[in-house]
Amino acid sequence: MDPIELRLPHTLQRPQATSNHEPITHSTEPIVTGTSVVAFKYKDGIMMAADCLGSYGRMAMFRNERRLMAVGKTTLLGMSGDISDYQHMQHTLENIMTQEYDMDDGQRLGTKSIYKCISKIMYNRRSKMNPLWNSYVIAGVDSGEKVLGYVDLIGTTYESPTIATGYGSHMAQPILRKVVEGREDEITEEEAVKIIEDCMRVLYYRDARAFNKLTRAKVTAQGVEITEPYSLETNWDFAESIVGYGA
Amino acid sequence: MTSIGTGYDLSVSTYSPDGRVFQVEYAQKAVDNSGTAIGLRVKGGVVLAVEKIKHSRLLVPHSNRRIMTAGKYIGVASAGWMSDTRHLVKRVRDEARSYNDVYKTKIPASIIAERLGMYVQAYTLYSSVRPFGVSTLLACMDRNGPQLYMVEPSGQYVGYRGCAVGKGKQVAKTEIEKLNFDNMSVREAVKEAARIIYTAHDDTKDKLFELELSWVCEESNGLHEHVPQDLYDEAVQYAERSLDEDEDEDNEMEDDEDL
Amino acid sequence: MAPLKPGEVSMGTTIMAVQFDGGVVVGADSRTTTGTYIANRVTDKLTKVHDRIYCCRSGSAADTQAVADIVKYHLALYAAQHGEEPTVKVAASLFQEICYQNKSTLMAGIIIGGWDKVDGPSVYDIPLGGSLHKQPFALGGSGSTFIYGYCDKVYHTDMTREECIEFVKNSVSLAMTRDGSSGGVIRLAVITEDSVERMFVPGNELPSQYLG
Repeated sequence: MDPIELRLPHTLQRPQATSNHEPITHSTEPIVTGTSVVAFKYKDGIMMAADCLGSYGRMAMFRNERRLMAVGKTTLLGMSGDISDYQHMQHTLENIMTQEYDMDDGQRLGTKSIYKCISKIMYNRRSKMNPLWNSYVIAGVDSGEKVLGYVDLIGTTYESPTIATGYGSHMAQPILRKVVEGREDEITEEEAVKIIEDCMRVLYYRDARAFNKLTRAKVTAQGVEITEPYSLETNWDFAESIVGYGA
Repeated sequence: MTSIGTGYDLSVSTYSPDGRVFQVEYAQKAVDNSGTAIGLRVKGGVVLAVEKIKHSRLLVPHSNRRIMTAGKYIGVASAGWMSDTRHLVKRVRDEARSYNDVYKTKIPASIIAERLGMYVQAYTLYSSVRPFGVSTLLACMDRNGPQLYMVEPSGQYVGYRGCAVGKGKQVAKTEIEKLNFDNMSVREAVKEAARIIYTAHDDTKDKLFELELSWVCEESNGLHEHVPQDLYDEAVQYAERSLDEDEDEDNEMEDDEDL
Repeated sequence: MAPLKPGEVSMGTTIMAVQFDGGVVVGADSRTTTGTYIANRVTDKLTKVHDRIYCCRSGSAADTQAVADIVKYHLALYAAQHGEEPTVKVAASLFQEICYQNKSTLMAGIIIGGWDKVDGPSVYDIPLGGSLHKQPFALGGSGSTFIYGYCDKVYHTDMTREECIEFVKNSVSLAMTRDGSSGGVIRLAVITEDSVERMFVPGNELPSQYLG
């Protein structure tokens, strides 16, 4: 595949090194960020969730961000990390899907192909010392097979029945390993929703960049379904009886 | 073409004394030799139909498509040289994409027609190039509703309610002019388009042909796509039936004369 | 995102934009600083980029002026080529493209507000990294951090034009008095289908508030 080059009018050209002595430098710090994405395989497909917060450093600046999206009809994509880079990726994927549609060859990009495509983009960018500051979780059912993969800003990829990015890899992954692993083909949708909501609740309790407004999605052989943003029930009752700091 | 052989027809960079550029007119000839292509713009969408003449029975059905898609929602149908068409379709796709890269909005029909028109026109200016032997029909839905444009080898581009190019364009145009565009659904337009292609088809010259039908409309969510198979079949049936009826009428008239 | 260079003029700034049914109110303070010196106490940070599209600039004065000038040119070109006014979305997308592709060299936080016949009123926020966020109201600049709480409490979705003007005046005024890098006067513009009305609150006539 050709590298995706944005073609801009002359006044919109991206910066070049101004002289031969100055190297091109790239900013390598995320600004507006999304926190964890949690996903795992269950009986019918894959369940995924992410909250709606776009943090600006420690400020909870944008509280209506969608970090789960469908790529085509059968692939689900979750993102954590820099939102401007995510928007760039969305646009790139939109172009790829358009190219694919125009081809009109009866072929469709399956989840595995999209996963590979995103991985190549991520690895390509890190090799130019200009990474897209994201972790992506790619999920889908590709010719009857459940696919759940991860790729990050360094271009590292792996597939696993349970995946959680960012804080989730510390706090949700252990829960998922215990509850999901080995039962990927048994867990019903109802149970899967409960599991993922338990994970998101723990993250809300313990991740200072998390937010209690989230979207949940499932991808099955029938396609992708993403919920509208909603909140989880939380419990603070036990706090009332806590007085002093112990000892 | 009385001036043929007078030397004014060898290059696009030379006018004839009466102000014509023959190479462009010859390019138009290439278009006129092609199978018919028509476009119908009705209230709810645009329909494209093409009479794809097959040179051999060995060709795989649906191969060598003459209706293509650019940027998901622009339909491109053409009459003329297929190799030139593919080049122009690539251009339309590139323009659609670059517009979307900058404005993050899908390109309006008028702009894509203008850009393609400008591109085609540039090939009528230099002696080192040959004008495109293609007329291109562009169909899409934009903010201003359904749109249909045709870009000719000269670079002229015009918007239409309905248009036809290729071998059968005279017959097709006559049929198109009879249509009632204001009170026609897109589905009806598909059937009429099929009928017109069948009517314009000349069985004595080209035996084999394949009908290509596509649409852009609300039912296709604004995307350009081949019409669904059931509608395609219905349209072909309708077209064949109309032809039979016409023949019957002709026969009846002949009978009348006998009386 | 590039840090300010020595001596570079920065707009510490409080800027905001609020949507109401029929239009958008944009507002800003007027302070421009180099370090702690106020280089300009009557700056106009509300910049017209098209007939019914304004941007509020924060960050480096030079960068945001350059970006606004480029976008203004492209919108004029767009209007000429299309024979119709660009949408606020198109304007915001142009801003975003420049801010994103040049994120390593720019210091620019921009809010775009305006009215168009496709979407009606709309407000877009482009913070430092060059991401684009459509919002019912947006805050920006160093002063905004002091008023998020106030704005979240006071704002509601069905505010009238007059309520929006008061909301912007009060919010910007509160930010100006708590943020050393914001101050001077309040400038406002009310953008509707029919007109752009510019308003002004002098620095000695700010809404009353606790100053103890």
